[in-house]
Amino acid sequence: MNKPIRRLSFVVAVLFCTLLISTTWIQFVTAKSLDNRPGNRRTLLESYSRERGAILVDGKAIARSVPTKDEFKFVRTYPQAKLYSQVTGYYSFTYGAGGGLEGAEDPLLSGQSDKLFYRRVLDMVTGKTPSGASLELTINPKAQEAADKALGNQSGAVVALDPKTGAILAMVSHPQYDPSTLAGHEVKSVRKAWKELNADPGRPAVNRAIAGDLYPPGSTFKLITAAAALSSGKFTEESPIPGPATLDLPQTTTNLPTDDHQACGPGDKTTLTHALEISCNTAFGWLGLNLGGDALREQAAKFGFGDSLRVPMRVTSSTVPALNAPQSAQAAIGQYEVRATPLQMAMVSAAIANKGTVMKPYLVKDTRNSNLDVIDQSQPEQLSQAISPDIAAALTRMMITVVQSGTGTASQIPGIEVAGKTGTAQNVPGGAPHAWFTAFAPANDPKIAVAVVVEHGGNAGSEAFGGKVAAPIARAVIEAVLKP
Amino acid sequence: MSTVTSFRPGTRRNVELALLLLAITIVLMAYLNVGLAMDGKFPPDLVKYGFGLLVLSVGFHLVLRWRASYADPLMLPIATLLNGLGLVMIHRLDLAYGRTGNRLLEPKQLIWSALAMLIAAGVIIVLRDHRQLRRFTFTAMALGLGMLLLPLVPGIGRNINGSRIWIGIGPMSFQPGEVAKILLVIFFAGYLVQTRDVLSLVGRRFMGIGLPRAQDLGPILIAWLASLGVLVFEKDLGSSLLFFGVFVAMLYVATERRSWIAIGLLLFCAGSYVAYLLFGHVQQRVMLWLDPFNPAISDQVAKGLMGMAKGGLLGSGLGRGHPEITYFPESDFIVPSFGEEIGLIGLFALLLLYVLLVERGLRTALGVRDGFGKLLAVGLSFSMALQCFVVVGGVTRVIPLTGLTMPFLSYGGSSLLANWSLVAILLRISDQARRPLPDSEELATASAAHTQVVRTQ
Repeated sequence: MNKPIRRLSFVVAVLFCTLLISTTWIQFVTAKSLDNRPGNRRTLLESYSRERGAILVDGKAIARSVPTKDEFKFVRTYPQAKLYSQVTGYYSFTYGAGGGLEGAEDPLLSGQSDKLFYRRVLDMVTGKTPSGASLELTINPKAQEAADKALGNQSGAVVALDPKTGAILAMVSHPQYDPSTLAGHEVKSVRKAWKELNADPGRPAVNRAIAGDLYPPGSTFKLITAAAALSSGKFTEESPIPGPATLDLPQTTTNLPTDDHQACGPGDKTTLTHALEISCNTAFGWLGLNLGGDALREQAAKFGFGDSLRVPMRVTSSTVPALNAPQSAQAAIGQYEVRATPLQMAMVSAAIANKGTVMKPYLVKDTRNSNLDVIDQSQPEQLSQAISPDIAAALTRMMITVVQSGTGTASQIPGIEVAGKTGTAQNVPGGAPHAWFTAFAPANDPKIAVAVVVEHGGNAGSEAFGGKVAAPIARAVIEAVLKP
Repeated sequence: MSTVTSFRPGTRRNVELALLLLAITIVLMAYLNVGLAMDGKFPPDLVKYGFGLLVLSVGFHLVLRWRASYADPLMLPIATLLNGLGLVMIHRLDLAYGRTGNRLLEPKQLIWSALAMLIAAGVIIVLRDHRQLRRFTFTAMALGLGMLLLPLVPGIGRNINGSRIWIGIGPMSFQPGEVAKILLVIFFAGYLVQTRDVLSLVGRRFMGIGLPRAQDLGPILIAWLASLGVLVFEKDLGSSLLFFGVFVAMLYVATERRSWIAIGLLLFCAGSYVAYLLFGHVQQRVMLWLDPFNPAISDQVAKGLMGMAKGGLLGSGLGRGHPEITYFPESDFIVPSFGEEIGLIGLFALLLLYVLLVERGLRTALGVRDGFGKLLAVGLSFSMALQCFVVVGGVTRVIPLTGLTMPFLSYGGSSLLANWSLVAILLRISDQARRPLPDSEELATASAAHTQVVRTQ
């Protein structure tokens, strides 16, 4: 019987070899993809029990992990509660990391990023508990607080940029929420907070500054139309252009009126500068017809429309659709289906301020390891040249008149020359329009560019013009940055 | 090849003692490891625990010195090591779940281990010669089948986790299938040694393979029907597979006819397919096997897989992983628990311990002189190997998950009792196999067996 016993031993060997292969397959070959499967509680626990990196503004943590006694070892806290909710996002045991930097920079914060590989090896050798990297942000806390306070209980968003670098100085979206409520370890209360957050009709989870449904930019888009007009070579700042009380739109029965149903100048004539100063719809509608939809689209694209950006959160692309003649007249004043993020409009102002160069916006100034040594520093990056420096200078002069004597007087700051543009964007028929304002200052040496949107005119209701509601908010932010 | 009789081994009892002490040291280090990792301090019950294990296993060792001095020196240390590591993991899970008092599993497992080792030592003492078991061939069959069917008896049978393989009397519950495994192997060995001539010599050749006569198919058909019955009525896929596999393997060893394997596989495939078509619980297992991450079925397999994956090559270290996330981490899924904490490398070592144990059993089968002993040793060793394959293969998606316990490691009194007794019988046979021949009064009986060995070689 020994021969079959030997053969059976071979079968046994095959059986066990199969097991060696199957365990290798699971624990070595496919281990990483199994680790990364959604709902892998162990991976979550692991990332929880490691000290997650902090998110810092001016050296102070706006999100950090503090030790607890429960099985997760650390709990995420947000010392400023609501102020930075859309910037940080949330880090929840139940719902994962998302909504802002917590989601976008999760690999760095959790310490899993390949950028930290060398550090991890070092930690393993020295037996140190691995920890995530911390992020120092470009946010100016004074600007952030000023924007938050000025926006008050109104829905809307404020973005401020450093025009020369693209560093984001403020990013506020109202309404806000408190991410701490999602970070707790008590499943029941976290679940309740999550439900409330998602059921809230004000949609606090949406970062209106860079995402959401986007807004029609209204008259702030006239900056782009003016840029296209100047770039076409057909017009200068003082070129006389028609500015009647009503512009007859070709191929349609509808007409485009001015806001006050008055002509923008004597003899239905005006200049480009004056048209921008008083935000003359008919003059810009005429420019739209004259320049054509493609010219508007091209100019908008040079300012960043249609780009997919990451700051590092994903920014929804702003859009100008393909336009026929009457649509291009509408689009030239920021209506029809033109949609923009507040960040995009801030980039337009910033580009004008920065001699026509668009800088890539960014939120993370540098990445630091657990000893707070800088391991990676962000460098300003040029996105495109939207307009020539001369045209930028001309637009700056035009925007100064808007603030000095036009629709944007509410943003004047004694001692600081502000250049800006108002906007009032119709969205739903019969509903109150969105109030816009975008500006930069000081005009001669710009240090900050801002865009503000207040949904449905905010507290001023349908009477709102961007100049009344949004301009004071922009002023507050500019003051916070420029005044010592 | 020379016959094994020319091989004169020493008793190797001192080797066994040294290995045994090594095994206990490993177990105590593992226990210490858990204590330091989970509580950050020296576990106070380590001494008590180590002393208990030492007394039990050295006691067993002394019984071997006394009654089976030529027994295989590796089996006891391996079984002790596996049993001890299982205890460590169960203790570790007790800590993770925060169990206290009556709900602690580790003390129960410790008591069962002690009881199982005592019974195994008893087997060594009482069973002077494994051939005595041949007398009980049909008693073993009756008892084995009875045990197998016991869970179906209303009143004492219990449904636990969807399978009806438990019996309960008062607070005690017991899985009689584990013991039935040994009894049926005894029956198979006794029966096949009687009938092997008929089963192996008569028949026609077809395409180079000797086929048995139709009327000789009876036994394999009965075994097949019985295992199908277990599958259908007790919903116990694992035991069903195990019984049939062991029977076919023993049939092959007894007859040396490959056609039995072919017939067995054919019957197995047909049976599985029909079972798959007819029974929901089989379909569910297959679906879970093919798509373990489908949330609509169960995340039972997925959780084990994720645990193993998290362990990676080196493992998290004992007490530092999260095996408590998996369902049944101390019984059916104890292998993923180990995979997570001692890594692939540790798991390989663990599997190789089983390989060694099975190998020693098969070696014993080669060495022993009588046909019954050979079949018994083969059957017991192969059942251990197949059980490991079914359990580990089930949690690593080689085959559908079936729900058997890992010998020695898994929590469960019946499993420990059965496997220690199994090892005791193997030790008894190995003593016979390794004992130098011209000895005492055994010479007379041995000569018959000797002839047999020469004939088959």
